[in-house]
Amino acid sequence: MYLSKEEEQILAGEFGEGAKKALELLVAIGEAYDAKKMVPISRAHAASSGQEGDLYFVELLAKGGARCKVPTSTNPVYDLCYFHKIFKNIPANEADVAKRVMEAYKRIGAILSWSCVPYLAENIPLFGETVAFSESSATPYVNSVIGARTNREAAQSALAAGVIGKTPEYGLLIKENRKGTHLVKVEATLKDEFDYTLLGYYVGKQIGYGIPVMTGIQRRPTTEELINFCAMSNVSGAISMFHIPKFTVEAKTVEEAFQKDIPKDKITVTEAELKETLEELQTTSDRVDFVMLGCPHYTLKQIGKVAELLKGKKIRKDFGFWICTSAIAKLLAERNGYLDIIEGAGGHVVVDTCIDEPCWIGYKDKAGMTDSPKCAYYRRFKDVRVGRLRDCVDAAVKGK
Amino acid sequence: MKMKDSEIVLKCHKIIGGYGEGEALVSHEPICFYLTEPKTGIIREKTHELFGKNIADKVLVFPSGKASSVVQIDGLFKLAQSNVAPKALIVKDVETVLVVSAFLVKVPLVDKLEKDPFEAIQTGDYVKVDAEKGIVKIKKNRLS
Repeated sequence: MYLSKEEEQILAGEFGEGAKKALELLVAIGEAYDAKKMVPISRAHAASSGQEGDLYFVELLAKGGARCKVPTSTNPVYDLCYFHKIFKNIPANEADVAKRVMEAYKRIGAILSWSCVPYLAENIPLFGETVAFSESSATPYVNSVIGARTNREAAQSALAAGVIGKTPEYGLLIKENRKGTHLVKVEATLKDEFDYTLLGYYVGKQIGYGIPVMTGIQRRPTTEELINFCAMSNVSGAISMFHIPKFTVEAKTVEEAFQKDIPKDKITVTEAELKETLEELQTTSDRVDFVMLGCPHYTLKQIGKVAELLKGKKIRKDFGFWICTSAIAKLLAERNGYLDIIEGAGGHVVVDTCIDEPCWIGYKDKAGMTDSPKCAYYRRFKDVRVGRLRDCVDAAVKGK
Repeated sequence: MKMKDSEIVLKCHKIIGGYGEGEALVSHEPICFYLTEPKTGIIREKTHELFGKNIADKVLVFPSGKASSVVQIDGLFKLAQSNVAPKALIVKDVETVLVVSAFLVKVPLVDKLEKDPFEAIQTGDYVKVDAEKGIVKIKKNRLS
């Protein structure tokens, strides 16, 4: 791989040990993909987590004097203050890792968004920008819905790119690699956000690794529907990009989406496949002890919908009702009066928090309900029911 | 390819530098490090061809990694913390997550052997991986 004079100097340690380690990792990735050179990026998103491997790398860079060169947002960990007041049995060593991860990202100069939907508010790429966005649900959103260009990054490679301000040029940064690989004919009528979660899960499972081009979708999908498709297709598969000609930005026609290379086979999705997918996701049909929403983080609109459904109602005693969201969405939810309604009914709206963190240890042996197959997949609890938001609220209020 | 003192010497392509040697363990299926016992290195993925085998201190020959970035990286990281990570990794198809995993635990990672690694190396051979020089030396196990 070609390296500029400045890049050689970074590798020689002239800009500190942290920058050296970051670039070493990027060069190794470039070698793996036979990249010819490094290219500048305008922003990055590091899928930070409370894992020890994540902690090791961000501390290594921060201690080595590295600082983010371009805006670099962060994924949720968990709101330590909030959870430690409610749950007393969160393991101290795991809490310590989470705390240190959050401190290290602050030291390295990241945007402390602690949100898995940073492209909505804190760190928004524009069409055509080259970026490095990890978080498997953010990668396809940025590529497909926005039309910026990112590879499927790990937290560490995205952080390294944020520190150096560059990434090796390979994969989805190159136009020819952004063409469709699979044709998906959607015959089912997609009514709501939940149908898009089922579609995403089914398409990811059928394709595994690839770029679907979807036809037959009649109505323009909403932001939330697209977020759900992105998230769920990366639970059952690895879909870093997709096209819905007319509705996503890089292709107006099927022919354009495939760059004229249209495959002969197609995958057909009818109501039956969506129904089967929903059945496959359930591990119980019994009563549940709590509801978990916001995987990915709920938008303001979704929080507003919960408030509408909970208005004038009470959540059952000792029933946990949780919505994970971003700090910005919670602030606006408070301003719009949604928070009063939800908290008044007995629910929690929490920021900075992922459903896959040690803070949920209190639910280890319990059964929960969620509208997210991703939450069901990562579940830190025993059994799960997956259903529409309306049914989740019913379970919380009526106990069904 | 050169033969020297019954050692086969093959060129390879360095991805993560360093040196590691040990007994070869060959997997024809992709590997997820998270699905190994973190304290011992024993593969606990029941459907895997290497189920029950130990990857600790081995030179691991496998086609590619698999599974989500978080679990894969965390898996190898935990093995390294208990000193039961492989000594070197020889792969056919390499992706970002595997590069990051190997980088974090400083295990040499190479690809593009000048011969098909699954033909050149069998489980039980003794293999030296010098990623810096881009060389893999294989001493065949006569019993195999």
